[in-house]
Amino acid sequence: MYVAVKGGERAIENAHAWLAEERRGDTTIAELSVAQIREQLSLAVNRVMAEGSLYDPDLAALAIKQARGDLIEAIFLIRAYRTTLPRFGASEPVDTGAMACDRRISATFKDLPGGQILGPTFDYTHRLLDFKLAADGEVPEAPTQAAQTSEVPHVTGFLNREGLIEEALPDDTPPPDLTRAPLEMPADRALRLQALTRSDEGFTLGLAYSTQRGYARNHAFVGELRIGTVPVEMEIPELGFAIEIGEVTLTECETVNQFTGSKTEPPQFTRGYGLVFGQTERKAISMALVDRALRWEELGEENVGAPAQDAEFVLYHADNIQATGFLEHIKLPHYVDFQSELELVRKLRREAGADDAKEAAE
Amino acid sequence: MKDTAQTENPRQIWMSLLARASEGRIAALLDAALDRPGFTWLRAPEIGSTMVRGRAGGTGAPFNLGEMTVTRCALTLESGEVGHAYIQGRRKADAEAAALIDALMQTEAADHIHARVLDPLAAEQAATRAARAGKAAATKVDFFTLVRGED
Repeated sequence: MYVAVKGGERAIENAHAWLAEERRGDTTIAELSVAQIREQLSLAVNRVMAEGSLYDPDLAALAIKQARGDLIEAIFLIRAYRTTLPRFGASEPVDTGAMACDRRISATFKDLPGGQILGPTFDYTHRLLDFKLAADGEVPEAPTQAAQTSEVPHVTGFLNREGLIEEALPDDTPPPDLTRAPLEMPADRALRLQALTRSDEGFTLGLAYSTQRGYARNHAFVGELRIGTVPVEMEIPELGFAIEIGEVTLTECETVNQFTGSKTEPPQFTRGYGLVFGQTERKAISMALVDRALRWEELGEENVGAPAQDAEFVLYHADNIQATGFLEHIKLPHYVDFQSELELVRKLRREAGADDAKEAAE
Repeated sequence: MKDTAQTENPRQIWMSLLARASEGRIAALLDAALDRPGFTWLRAPEIGSTMVRGRAGGTGAPFNLGEMTVTRCALTLESGEVGHAYIQGRRKADAEAAALIDALMQTEAADHIHARVLDPLAAEQAATRAARAGKAAATKVDFFTLVRGED
């Protein structure tokens, strides 16, 4: 039974006004601009773009400002905005082999064509608070060197030549799209990858870590991690050819995993794949580990009952907007539901004679 | 980067160049080059999205990675040429300028536009790319082998 309840409008309006004031904080402190957030909190912006599933740094920065830095709230704002946009089409699949790399490392090969490029990384920093940042300070310009002109090929390509690693053969099957049709099981790899690339970073990290600790153990090496820009090309129907419509920064991680072979596959290395908007390397590595764990069936591996092998469990709980929507709705009024629960508990207690016992005690 | 200059038609090259330009840059270069010609809209500037796709394993089956914002428009010059624009982001004024440039590149003004708009844009984008590539190159690791313990 639904009971319409009116009231609370004034309280809601006043709560929103106070929210705006709290968002602004102390007015004697300069206000943050959206451009400042975009430029100086860029990794937060990248996470909001990745999990919001919309590449637009200005919008992501605005969402972070509006959400007072609550990234899941910001992702929610981006997802809501995304649904208002007409879709012009789908791009050609991006060519990550032709990425202009800011960073490219391999944990499996020391000397590889194109080299190990560290890029702007936190790795090898001492994780000590830098109090110089608390004071206004000029940043010295980063050193430069002649840019290399050689190609930076994918690492897995070298292992392919010896047949030691499974191949990712080109295929042009149009991929399913979970923004257009509900996510249903069984989910093929294309659908799993779409769900994982926009999944919550914390949830994906936790699952990936569980595979490292032995739940669906599949000892992974980072064959390659690369971060950089790729052009996005789209076929324009009114022109009859494809043009570049912009470029995006992506993080790509390919893991190389031990594999002793199965009934259907020879002993060889297998692969997990992560590709995420922005500079988001923790997420991309996590995605690759979880992708690999979810591939147990197609590789003929044993299902050991690990959470990371359970596609339904992983994919139905990885989306932080679905999760937060359901979780947070329980704080909204449930007066009528709760009233019926109260009635039920009172009735059960009467039947169990609990009230009699209480009265007797008094 | 792949060299596609041989396979692309010139229009693909200039439209791609315009799509990557930073905010306000196309309009600034266009207005410095000439007075804007009269035109009518075929499709007024419209903001929408493109679903960006990747491939599993970098080379395998495609999957949907997420969307990006795109602004598009189309117009006809008074002299009849049709210009189109599809550019990244939510930038209606830039889309208008890009479509005008696309149309003007089909007129006698093409050489002038090429020299005053497209060449500077290409040079700026190349410089930006080279600056990043130079910083990346400076972080490339040079390994050297230490004397091994057992020797």
